[in-house]
Amino acid sequence: MKYLISVLFLLGLSISANAEFKVGFVYVGPVTDHGWTYQHDEGRKAVEAAGIKATYVESVQYGADSERVIRQLAQSGHDLIFTTSFGYMDPTNNVAKDFPNVKFEHATGYKMDHPNVSVYSARFYQGRTLLGHIAGKMTKTNTIGYIASFPIPEVIRGINAMTLAAQKVNPDIKTKIIWVFSWYDPGKEAEAAQALIDQGADIIMQHTDSTAAVQVAEKAGVWSFGQASDMQKFAPKSILTSIIDDWAPYYVERSIAARDGTWSQQNTWHGLKEGMVAMAPYNPAMGSDLVKEVEQLQKDLASGKANSFTGPIYDQKGNLLVAEGSVADDGLLGGMKVYVKGVEGDVPQ
Amino acid sequence: MIFDLNFFGMLIGAIMASSVPLILAASGELITERSGVLNLGVEGMMIVGAISGFALMVLTDNLFLAVIGSMLSGLIISSIFGFLTQTLFTNHVASGLALTIFGIGISAMIGKNFVGIPGKDFPLLLVNLRESIPFLGPILFGHSIILYVAFALPFATNYFLKKTKLGLIVRAVGDSPVSASNQGINVALVRYSCILYGGAMCGLAGAYLSLIYTPQWIENMTAGRGWIALALVVFATWSPLKVLAGAIIFGGVTIMQLHLQAIGLRIPVQLLSALPYIMTIIVLVVISRDSRKIKLNTPTSLGQIFYKEK
Repeated sequence: MKYLISVLFLLGLSISANAEFKVGFVYVGPVTDHGWTYQHDEGRKAVEAAGIKATYVESVQYGADSERVIRQLAQSGHDLIFTTSFGYMDPTNNVAKDFPNVKFEHATGYKMDHPNVSVYSARFYQGRTLLGHIAGKMTKTNTIGYIASFPIPEVIRGINAMTLAAQKVNPDIKTKIIWVFSWYDPGKEAEAAQALIDQGADIIMQHTDSTAAVQVAEKAGVWSFGQASDMQKFAPKSILTSIIDDWAPYYVERSIAARDGTWSQQNTWHGLKEGMVAMAPYNPAMGSDLVKEVEQLQKDLASGKANSFTGPIYDQKGNLLVAEGSVADDGLLGGMKVYVKGVEGDVPQ
Repeated sequence: MIFDLNFFGMLIGAIMASSVPLILAASGELITERSGVLNLGVEGMMIVGAISGFALMVLTDNLFLAVIGSMLSGLIISSIFGFLTQTLFTNHVASGLALTIFGIGISAMIGKNFVGIPGKDFPLLLVNLRESIPFLGPILFGHSIILYVAFALPFATNYFLKKTKLGLIVRAVGDSPVSASNQGINVALVRYSCILYGGAMCGLAGAYLSLIYTPQWIENMTAGRGWIALALVVFATWSPLKVLAGAIIFGGVTIMQLHLQAIGLRIPVQLLSALPYIMTIIVLVVISRDSRKIKLNTPTSLGQIFYKEK
């Protein structure tokens, strides 16, 4: 009898433990990076505010370590798991196979090997188009410095979108790129920014996560753009605007759907229109005419009237990528691995 | 074109600035190792120095206090290592690794409150001379005082080890603690002092990053520089001037490869990124070929535990 009671008791415990709906997040950097991971954590806080328990694991390395962490989250009763960096693509799918009742959402990837895996990303390149337009108008040396992280389609897309937009307003533009092979190494990002400035770039932009580069730009007296969150206070004079990732509405929506049983597999790619990509206030130093122009372009990109990749677009070798009068489809954008004409150097292989 | 004399002056200035944390940390660690103690906690002591310096800057608004505080914090955290290895006779390697893990953890914990605060401008010396003299201006002027200290340090260290009595004592303790002890030298005291000095220098190296180089607090901002400093000491065969050479080569190749990329040179970028490590090792191995000198400089009892017989 005693035995039976304790078994029932334990059973009750485990049921009640399982009953609570939980969401887990896996981050590539620390929540305090003030960039990429910081914005994801803002999204997680919004999920908590909506009354759903949401936990996170930060600074998770790519590779075997990430698979272990994701598996651990799935085993410890999380019902929905967001893996928020490109490098978690395969680990996410591997774990998803073994936990068919747990839902997985992978950011910025493209693999959905199992019905319980969704992918989502933001059309950051729309923001890059706006940066390119501003950069083309603001540069005096016609040289734009670009600090890049890893040669994946998302990053190359950003370089291309920016260059195309800058060329449109200033045909003499040159884009100089430095690959630092890290999302997050403040010292290296600062050194890269300094090298670009020394080589004549008077506009610095980055696809890395720390605020080091904008500070170097501020000190050197050149223009810069913030990445992932509003970095304005780190370089008040230098920053013209920042691309802001706003994941909160998506995270809340998907968490509620998973809790209520209405979650289904999706491939989400939202942009300016849905608000997943937003722009920080424009620096008045741009001049009111340019601000108005860019705000209009932002509206047009959101409504679909303008497109970041409008033909004709050629790659570096002169091959036609997008024909005149048409725009790049998501297939081409998703697998973009070559530079467009006008970018210097080669894509690292 | 922009590749005039002034450009190369700026390039050399940037290289010097980037090698400062390595010189400071490696010079400190060199003294520690010459006394026979292997402290693998360089990364941990640097990151603690970085957050302490930054936190003090925010709280007191006084850069002088921030710099002193960062050295003190490096000293305090290294005293934990000293207590473990010199008083409790624990293994140097394990204790040093633990120190690094501890340092990274505690700095992140303290740092939570200091994220997203912009740093303060650190006073740079003779900035107007930097602008007005071509080539030499950007090399010699417009740096922080810590840079000048860092570049003088290897020479001072060299003098200390070779020409002073205290230096001789440190070397004696590192080579043969038993003999030194028999001569009446307090081995534990000497080693404690060297550990604390190394800790203070690593703290200063960290503060250079968080106060001057990239003035802000970012978790894990040392990003492995402590390990590079450690490797430099070994590859420079415990010679202070070779440590200086190694740090400049490492900083130099790092900056040069960024410039080569920006020029758009058609060399695989991955190879360029690996270049600083490869070049530094090759050069240091080549300049340290003299095996007689290596023997002279290598602390024979490095990493060994010394029990004084009572």
